[in-house]
Amino acid sequence: MSLVYLVLLMALVTYLPRMLPLVLLQNITLPKYIKCLMSYIPYAALGALVFPGVLQSTGSGHLDSALTGFLVAIILAWFELNLIVVVFGAISGCFLANLFF
Amino acid sequence: MHKNQEKIREGLKAGLPVAIGYIPIAIAFGLLSRSLGIPSYVSILMSLLIYAGASQFIGINLLILGATAGEIVMTTFILNLRHFLMAASLATRFEENIPINRRAFLAFGITDETFTVASLQTEEKLSGYFLFALNSMAFLSWNIGTWLGLFLAPSLPEIVKASMGIALYAMFIGLLVPCIKKSHQALVVSFFAVIINCLFAWLPFGQHVSNGWSIIAATLLSAALGAVLFPERGVES
Repeated sequence: MSLVYLVLLMALVTYLPRMLPLVLLQNITLPKYIKCLMSYIPYAALGALVFPGVLQSTGSGHLDSALTGFLVAIILAWFELNLIVVVFGAISGCFLANLFF
Repeated sequence: MHKNQEKIREGLKAGLPVAIGYIPIAIAFGLLSRSLGIPSYVSILMSLLIYAGASQFIGINLLILGATAGEIVMTTFILNLRHFLMAASLATRFEENIPINRRAFLAFGITDETFTVASLQTEEKLSGYFLFALNSMAFLSWNIGTWLGLFLAPSLPEIVKASMGIALYAMFIGLLVPCIKKSHQALVVSFFAVIINCLFAWLPFGQHVSNGWSIIAATLLSAALGAVLFPERGVES
């Protein structure tokens, strides 16, 4: 199969799960329990997306720099600094840890 | 009119951290696909049409490993099924007057990052203009980053490239921590999600579960548990 067709198929199966709920759920009133569940999905997804994936974020064998960046991000986020500060702070933390360890 | 312009400005502003976070990941994608010998036009098409980081990385890896097209498409599908949950959650927040074709168009821009940024907005209803601006920032930076990775980044020092891997995680942490400080429901739900995800990642039975399924299961189970424990929709983000 040509690579272009493969990319098109991958694009299709990526797009459908994004599109169907938005188009189909337009005029449906969901039950209260489901609505409540949906409202918790952002927090659930954030937790699952961050951990344990973050431990491998700076490459295998670099657990110390990943942990440093993780801690810096948590501290900066705790003080509710701007997201960009959190992002650059964490990158700098990883960079310094990579230099010294 | 003025209100829509305001929403576009808000969207661009909310999209900036996402855009900054995407650049290094997209550069890494461009670099890796080039070093694996994938033709540049294929990597560029992937970022334009698939526009999903994890799937693109795994896609090129599977290609090199000689996986069949069926396996690659199936893995992509499973990996992105979590966007089904996110889109369903976001659907309840869209302004009612957004026509169906625009909904279908905005859906293309849903990623882990644009979803979390959008859904943690304080407004109950999300403007289409806001979402369009947010999605555009993210999409542009993903594609610009891919080009940079393909054509410029091979000269970047290794230590800088490795440090940038933390960027998106830092953004997620920056979004989550203020929420769990304010709401114990958010704390409990995200804590459960982490525990469930760790069980899949570290216990023997989890070795057969892909990353994509593990994130879907952890998200769904912990959100369902949250809805049982705190049915009164206590989290006003």
